[in-house]
Amino acid sequence: MALTDRVPKNSGWRLFLQTVVGRAYPRIIGLLRELSWFFFEVFLPVLSVAAYVFIYRAIGAPDVYIGFVVMGGAMTAFWLNILWSMSSQMYWEKQTGNLALYIMAPNSLMAILLGMAFGGLFSTGLRALVITLVGTLLFDVSFEVSNYLLLFAVFMLTMVALYGLGMMTASLFLLLNREAWHYANLAQEPVYLASGFYFPIKSLDFWIAAGASFIPLTLGMDAMRQLSFSGGTELGFLPVQTELAILAGLCVVFLIGARWLLGYMERLAVREGRLTESRR
Amino acid sequence: MLDAYPTITLLSLLTYPALHLGKKDYMDLAIHTEKLARVYKLRGSKKEEAKELVALRDINLDVRRGELFGLLGPNGAGKTTLIKILTTLLAPSSGVARVAGYDVAAEPEKVRPRINMVSGGESSGYGLLTVRENLWMFAQFYGIPSKLANERIKQLLEIVRMSDRMNTKSSDLSTGLRQKMNIVRGFLTDPEVLFLDEPTLGLDVEASMDVRNFVRGWMEGNRDRTLLLTTHYMVEADELCDRVAIINGGQVLACDTPANLKRQLQRDVIYRMEVSPLNGLQPEALEALGGVRKVSHEPKDGAAVLELILAEDDALGSVVNTLTGKDIHILNLQKREPSLEDVFVNLVGHSMKEAESGADGSSS
Ligand SMILES: Nc1ncnc2c1ncn2[C@@H]1O[C@H](COP(=O)(O)OP(=O)(O)OP(=O)(O)O)[C@@H](O)[C@H]1O
Ligand SMILES: [Mg+2]
Repeated sequence: MALTDRVPKNSGWRLFLQTVVGRAYPRIIGLLRELSWFFFEVFLPVLSVAAYVFIYRAIGAPDVYIGFVVMGGAMTAFWLNILWSMSSQMYWEKQTGNLALYIMAPNSLMAILLGMAFGGLFSTGLRALVITLVGTLLFDVSFEVSNYLLLFAVFMLTMVALYGLGMMTASLFLLLNREAWHYANLAQEPVYLASGFYFPIKSLDFWIAAGASFIPLTLGMDAMRQLSFSGGTELGFLPVQTELAILAGLCVVFLIGARWLLGYMERLAVREGRLTESRR
Repeated sequence: MLDAYPTITLLSLLTYPALHLGKKDYMDLAIHTEKLARVYKLRGSKKEEAKELVALRDINLDVRRGELFGLLGPNGAGKTTLIKILTTLLAPSSGVARVAGYDVAAEPEKVRPRINMVSGGESSGYGLLTVRENLWMFAQFYGIPSKLANERIKQLLEIVRMSDRMNTKSSDLSTGLRQKMNIVRGFLTDPEVLFLDEPTLGLDVEASMDVRNFVRGWMEGNRDRTLLLTTHYMVEADELCDRVAIINGGQVLACDTPANLKRQLQRDVIYRMEVSPLNGLQPEALEALGGVRKVSHEPKDGAAVLELILAEDDALGSVVNTLTGKDIHILNLQKREPSLEDVFVNLVGHSMKEAESGADGSSS
């Protein structure tokens, strides 16, 4: 085909799909290309897991706690991914000028964020898997899965809801400038605590746990723990079925919310001239 | 045939006024703006009442399909603001802008598949991706089939002499190569209207020439494609553009072909004079002399350059007298053809460089 021939272009769902794949690509390729992630994103979480494992062993906590901690350590990868590669990512995209190009292109911003989510889910899933494997081997964790299908369903619903939340907060970050970094930082540690990454949330005050449940990882992790370890059910916050239903509700709310908020924020940013980093 | 005849007459009768005044005109034009304005709200220190900055006022522009149109103006003139509005990234404060026939504010989804934009010095894409991968990614966002995208990437990189860099990580590219990659991104999606904002910013002479040659070649091969570029390089606008709009302080001061713009000065005579430092003499003092139309002044290490636009040759005598009277020596004197720079000086009253240092001082 000659360079001057008109270029056929897809639109509609094909364009949507192409955009998702296009944006997921750098995430996935980046994982393979820059192996330094292995050190920072596997070694460091394993280190915090180790700290909790030693404490639990020292105070003679039941073995199931060790499994809880390893799973929590693996799940932190997803929270970090939401904070640093979904929400505040929008700030970096704005700085490099990518955001303007995304908006100017005929795709929807929703497709871009979905691409980011899929890419992030894939690469983070790999990290979480490695952390789980390393933790399991290192600390001798024994899993006893009561229902694989249910476990898979809980995990997937948790991820959909979590990345839905990530897409929603990403649209809020559309309007932020340098302060974006602080907000992401602010959300990191408190959520580790409130969502019970290193202990069952049943040990928290009911209302704190209920409040933290709007972060899908809280209930998702609780349900996964109940399904993965013997004696896990006794430490569960709510029955698995209830948690599953709430997660499904969160999925709907966050995805619809993300779509609406994205449209609103884009229009607002165009009106106020905040799609590009102002020069002074 | 028999049926068709009255229908056509009736239709054209009915639609004639509408066609004439409205839709058809817009569709024929690549860009059309009417009384377009943009005001920025400046968020200053607290409590202080919000200040406003008028970046564009009353812009009326028509760019035909197939035109290579230039926006020429100093820093802060409003060029980027205008491009942002035309590329649906910024809402107009008032007025209308249409691109490829569609209103940018009301129907951005119709405009976006038809346009693309590249800005000078942009750092788009992802550094860990190769040149090919970055370009491929952006092609996906426009729905170009993957295979075709790769084919075009190869062809375009060849033209800008970057084939050997196809698999270089884009973070490893030099400024010039990076900019060429960005330019290829713009042409890759075969836009009906392409916007280039300072495409040669920060490039060396050779790379700028590559970019200009590429743009020229593209326009020759694609007669129905439109290109709008902004620049503050006079030569670039002069050499490249079919028509140029000179813009300053958010307003279009003149809009015509470079030749026509310069023809306005044809009867004037233009001298470039290098002199010893001015010893406090104001260039305005020279403008007061009979027959002197405009004088711009630019200090140059240990000397000064005066650009004189004279209504007639004879006026040179009084200029020389005034200078020698102030003990200023003439180091070099050249008579030359009018350039777009002179057109700018004639319209604005000072050179673009002077406009820029003034703009910087007042707005920072
Ligand atoms: N986001 C913004 N908020 C407030 N003022 C702005 C904003 N963007 C631009 N301006 C102001 O609007 C005016 C026009 O800016 P613009 O960027 O359009 O100029 P330009 O012609 O592109 O200049 P340059 O040659 O420096 O790129 C300037 O005074 C600038 O300071
Ligand atoms: Mg600019």
